[in-house]
Formats: sequence, structure tokens, C-alpha cells
Amino acid sequence: MKEYVMGNGAIALGALKAGVNVACGYPGTPSSEIIETIAKYPHEGLHLEWSVNEKAALEVASAAAYSGARALVTMKQVGLNVASDPLMSLAYVGVEGGMVVVSADDPGPISSQTEQDSRRFAEFARIPVFDPSSPEEAFEMIQDAFDYSEKYKTPVIFRPTTRVDHGYASVEASDSYVPKQFEGFKKDAGRFVIFPRLSYKNHGMIEERNVRIGEDFSSYRFNTAEGEASEKAVLAGGISYMYAKEFLKDHPEVKLIRVATPYPFPESFMLRELKGVKELTCLEELSPYLEEQILKLAGKHALSVKVFGKLTQHVAAMGENSADSVKAVLERFLGLPEAEKKTRTEDIPPLPARPPVLCAGCPHRASFYAVKKAMEGQKTYYCGDIGCYTLGNAMPLDMVDTCLCMGAGVTMAQGFSHVDREGKAFAFIGDSTFFASGLTGVVNAVYNEADITICILDNSTTAMTGHQPHPGTGRNMMGHVTQKISIPAILEGIGLAKVITVDPLDLNKAVAAVKECAAMEGVKAIIFKSPCIAIEKSSKKCTIGESCINCKKCIRETGCPALTLTDGKVCIDASLCTGCGLCAQVCPVSAIGGAS
Amino acid sequence: MMKKDILICGVGGQGTVLASRIIAAAAMTEGNTVHSAETIGMAQRGGPVTSHVRIGDEAYSPLIPLGKADLIIGFEPSEVVRNIAYLSPEGIAVVNTAAVKPVTASLSGSGYDGSEMTAYLKKRGGCIFADGVAECEKLGSVKFLNILLLGIAAGSGGLGIEKDTLTGEIEKRVPEKFREANLKAFMNGYEIGRG
Repeated sequence: MKEYVMGNGAIALGALKAGVNVACGYPGTPSSEIIETIAKYPHEGLHLEWSVNEKAALEVASAAAYSGARALVTMKQVGLNVASDPLMSLAYVGVEGGMVVVSADDPGPISSQTEQDSRRFAEFARIPVFDPSSPEEAFEMIQDAFDYSEKYKTPVIFRPTTRVDHGYASVEASDSYVPKQFEGFKKDAGRFVIFPRLSYKNHGMIEERNVRIGEDFSSYRFNTAEGEASEKAVLAGGISYMYAKEFLKDHPEVKLIRVATPYPFPESFMLRELKGVKELTCLEELSPYLEEQILKLAGKHALSVKVFGKLTQHVAAMGENSADSVKAVLERFLGLPEAEKKTRTEDIPPLPARPPVLCAGCPHRASFYAVKKAMEGQKTYYCGDIGCYTLGNAMPLDMVDTCLCMGAGVTMAQGFSHVDREGKAFAFIGDSTFFASGLTGVVNAVYNEADITICILDNSTTAMTGHQPHPGTGRNMMGHVTQKISIPAILEGIGLAKVITVDPLDLNKAVAAVKECAAMEGVKAIIFKSPCIAIEKSSKKCTIGESCINCKKCIRETGCPALTLTDGKVCIDASLCTGCGLCAQVCPVSAIGGAS
Repeated sequence: MMKKDILICGVGGQGTVLASRIIAAAAMTEGNTVHSAETIGMAQRGGPVTSHVRIGDEAYSPLIPLGKADLIIGFEPSEVVRNIAYLSPEGIAVVNTAAVKPVTASLSGSGYDGSEMTAYLKKRGGCIFADGVAECEKLGSVKFLNILLLGIAAGSGGLGIEKDTLTGEIEKRVPEKFREANLKAFMNGYEIGRG
């Protein structure tokens, strides 16, 4: 039956159709819905998991693939950095069953720290990469990716981008799941134990093999050319191909070449399609990968072709492409008059800025506020991390001084404590991020005698990416109730100087806990425990009484989106308020009621 | 075969996603090819969000090009203005005039209440206005805003999808206990849209 699904859903359904036996990943926008979709469709006999991080996911999958099973690993592009240690080695060892590593890139970036390009990672690891341009194609291509992986006994990267991941289209969903039959692991130390000698041997084999894969890809069904042979042609990949196709449907005289397998580059295909082409514009996002391949090819074969793209500043170096940006590039390239702007925009009134903020009632707001109050007037370092709570940087909280990558909050707070014994260093880390990569940092801090306070913002879920379970939640993706791994027990086990669990919505107690920890030497932790408001729905509302003096302290101090000004007077938007009561505790005249 | 580009815009948390899914499902039920794209992730937390719904075989890109939207369904007046360049000269915009005040406006005391946006859109023309929040409060909850606006869009004729197809999809997607209220919201909107 046809199902209207998100691109990530299409990838999941394609993997199920390919008989994938093991699927694992770590949540990260824009990749998270792949694992979640598998959970919603028939998958009896498949092992499905949210791993603690991407490295763990890739290693679990590797063993499955060594055994001849088909394995899927999903992550966002920065997750591939975490998984790169096993991936680089696995590329040398190879696999028996098909193994596809989905690394979702995020041009823009819309929801990421970097604009890195997973195609580069594939080339770096010397393994094939597939680059779908639509959800429909992703559904087909992920099945091809498993086949190629098995044919060449190598892991492959599958790299959709946000617009493919989060675009919706209809694909054929099967109502039954047939897992791949596999033989199981056959011991072979000469093959599966990586030693320098094996790496040397396999390195040569891989380089020779990649030439063959490039040849194979030269007849791959999604490496295509359309339109007439022309002196001016366009080369595109990923979603940019769709933007180009949409524009060029009115210009069939221009050839549109699309490469869906950027590495190993399909050289023969490209040499064939470039015959007679004198000028080529390259359309792609993130980095000029295809553009550079053409330049290499041109040098190698002494081609006479002018190449335009990011390297010539004809296409923006950063950010997303769009139907409109591609149109502008191609109009210029083809010497067409720029279409007249249809909508006048000059008389538009100034628009209100709307940066993303912590939700009304979010317990993280209360946690940050408690630390801010407790440390007023003291020299502090507030090291943030990756999750909803990165939004604690916004005014008026302004409680994130640094944010680097998953887990860096703990270790960076440690670093500050070593270079400045006077200042008080704090790390803010969520529960899911703590399990992903905070834990080792805590051990490092204790071992190396840091003086830091770790604030664990425990809302019992992975909120930012869509509320996935994690080891502390007591359930997993197999639908099983599991042992809840206790964060306080872990911290006590490591031997922290102090571990306090507190409800952040109880402001006085929370402030007292922060003061107590900040005054002590060593590594201390406060677990601010309160559930995500998107999971535990509250029917409570705060109300403003007549004693309100309209001092606006509640707005100025908390920045809660439920507190607004109407005709200059403070009001509570009842559709947003969860009755958390933080504003009531901030109010100097106790004018706010209705909270717990 | 229908060809239509519909942009739905608002603020994270207003229920734009459900509206876009109902339109997409209804258009498919009527035999059309549909593609759509949504804002997911960090921007969902109170930031501007858009859904692009593209109906027809000729739409390759998931995003509507500027000046090509046949219909904008706007959940917030400044968000309609933010996206107005997408609207085609012949297109229509359904505008909820009730503003969502951002934290930045409350902090600066700028007094943003959406009226300037509505005034601009009135001058521009091609818009159908309704105080969606006041209309929903009549039904007991602002949670029906998305279905109300969908009703207005359907009533205006700008959606090009049969009323019964839409109500059928609403029934499928809304929990039983809210079904009646949502259908009422849709019909109230439909009447507003018909003018």
C-alpha cells in the first residue's frame, strides 16, 4: 500500500524492504525519525535500538554485519564525528552483510553546529556514498545501498539532507517484513582483527576496488543526464538536482547531469556526459565536492571545460540552496534576463524577531534561574551542551557561556577550573547527553581533581529531537521495560564530593543546593529533576491577581513566553502557561497565584 | 489533475503540522500527487515555522518558489508578512489576526500586537481576516485554531479540495473526544471563508 511518509520514513521503509536485521542510532535532527518509523511498522525479529551514542551504534551494527546480517546505523552529520573511530577502521576490515551508515547532513545549518559534508567523510574513509534527492528516491536508493555494500563487502554511507529527510511523499510500504537470512559469524582472525599488516594489505585492495566501484557507478540508475546535448550544462546532486530540474523544465535545451554517487566518482559516466560541454555550472550544498571532482577529471583527461560553482563564487559557499537561489544562478549562467520581482517587499513593516526559546513552563528555565540567583555577583563560567537547554543562552537568562559539542560542557568546565581557581565553573548537561558523552567527562574531572559543579537537567527524555527514550527512562526501542539506570547512583559510584537531587520548580531549595555545591571544593553534581512539559501535560495555570504592581520583574527575570504585555500590562497567556509557578516565586508582591 | 502550492505559516506549537498533513492527505484522497515539507527541530520552540504543501506532478522541489503560492494559511499576522513574498499576485492569504507575542517583544516592551501587520496586509489586499483565537474561545479552546483556519481556507475556495474530503481526514486524525468540536471549528471557519 502507498503511504505518505517523511523522507526519513521512506528510508526506514526502504531498509525494512531490504530485510535489514539490526537497526541502531542516536537521535539527532534531521535523522531521528528513521529509527522511530521502523518501530511503527512490522519488524518482528529485527533488533532495534537507540544506542547511547553514535560510536556504540556503529559498533553494534558492525558485529551484526560481520555475521552476515544487514545492519542500518542512523545519525546526524556531527554524530558521524563521534562514530568516526570505528568507521575508519571498519572501512579497512569490511563487512559480510550489507551495512549502511545514514549520516544526515544539514545545510543551513538549520538545527546543527556545523555545515560539514558527509560526502567528504566517505572519501576520507574510502567508502561509497549515496546522495538521494527526494524521499521517493531515498526509498529506492537505500535498498541499492545495501546491495552495493554486500557486493563489495564494504560499509557504505547514505547521506540525505534536511529537505529530503523532512520532505513528505508517497512510497510503497509493505505490510510484512522479511528479514534477511544470514549464516552467522565465521571466525577469521586474519580478516576481523585489525593489525598494521592487514591495514596495509587492505589499503591497496580498497584503492583498486574503488576504481571498479566508480566504473560500476557509471551505469548506476540514479546517475542520470536529461535534456539535449549542449555546450552549457548543469551538474547537480541531492536536493539541488530537484531545484535545477524545476527550473530547467522550461529549458530542455540545457543538459542536466545528476550524480547520486559522489564517491567513488563515476568517471566514465561523467566523461561521456561532458562530451561537447564547454561550460558547466555545479549546484550542490555544503562543500564544492562535485565541482572539485570535475576539476580533477578535467586535469586528468585534459578536458576543455569552464567550471562554475562555489569555487568561483557563482554559488554561495554556505547555507542552503533553494528553488529561488538556483534559479538566480542559472538565469545568470544562461544569460537570461532576471525575472521581475512579483511582490514588492520594500513597504513591509519591521517584523518582530522570534528566536527559538525554552517552552513556557520548561523546568530548564527554573534550573538556570536558580543557578543565576545563587551565583549573583560571583565570577562564573557557564558551560552549556547540546539539547533544548542550549536555549538557556537567550535573554534574559543568558546562562550559556560556551557550547561546543555533545558532552563538552563537563570537560570544558573542568578546563576553566584549571586555568582559573577563583571563578566557579558550572556544566549544564541533559540526561540523554549525560549518557551519550557526559559520563567519561565526569570521570576525567574527578581523576584530574577539577573544581566544578555539574548541573544535570534531567527531564527524563531526549526532548529536542522528539522525546526518544534513553538508558535512564526504563524503556527501550524493543518495547521492553528495562532497568532504569540511575544518574545519582552513577555519580555516587564515581565518588563525587556531593550529589544533590532537587526539584528546580522549588526555587528556594534549588538556590540553596547551588550555593551549597558552589561553596565546596571538588566535583559536585546537582540533579535538577522535573519532567519535560511536552510529556507530562499539566492542566494548572498561573493567574495574576489585583495586587500586581506591573513591575514586570517576572518577564524581565524569566523570559517565559506565557508572560506577555497587553496594553502595557503583564498578562498570562493561558494557552501556554503550565502553572510551573516560577513567575509566582519571582514576583516581589506575591501577585501571581494558581501554581502548585 | 490539480496544481496548487499552499504555504502554511505560524509559530512553533500552533499546530501547523496537523493542518498541512490533513491538506496533503485530502489532496491525495482526491487522486493528486502531493509533496510537502515542514520545519522540525530547534525552530519549533517558539520560532517561525512553515509547511510547504505542493499538489501536482510538476513540483520537483519540496519548497514553493517565491511568488508561486496559491494560498497562504497564516496562523499569526507577522508570520504571514514574513512569508508574503511567497504569495502569487493572484493568490489569497487566510490570516489569523491574533498575535503571538515573542519574548523579545515582551522584554523590550515594544508593544507588538499584530495590528501593524494586519494593516499592511489589508492595504496589500488578497487576504481573508479572522480573529482565530476569539472564534476558538467560543468553542472552548484555542487548540482548534488549526482546524478553524483550515475551514476558512476551504470555505474561501482557495484550497480546491472538497469539504467532505477534508472533514473525512479530520475525523481520521483527531482524537474521538475532540472530534465534534473540531468539526464545529471547521464548519465555523468554512462559513467565515465563504464570506
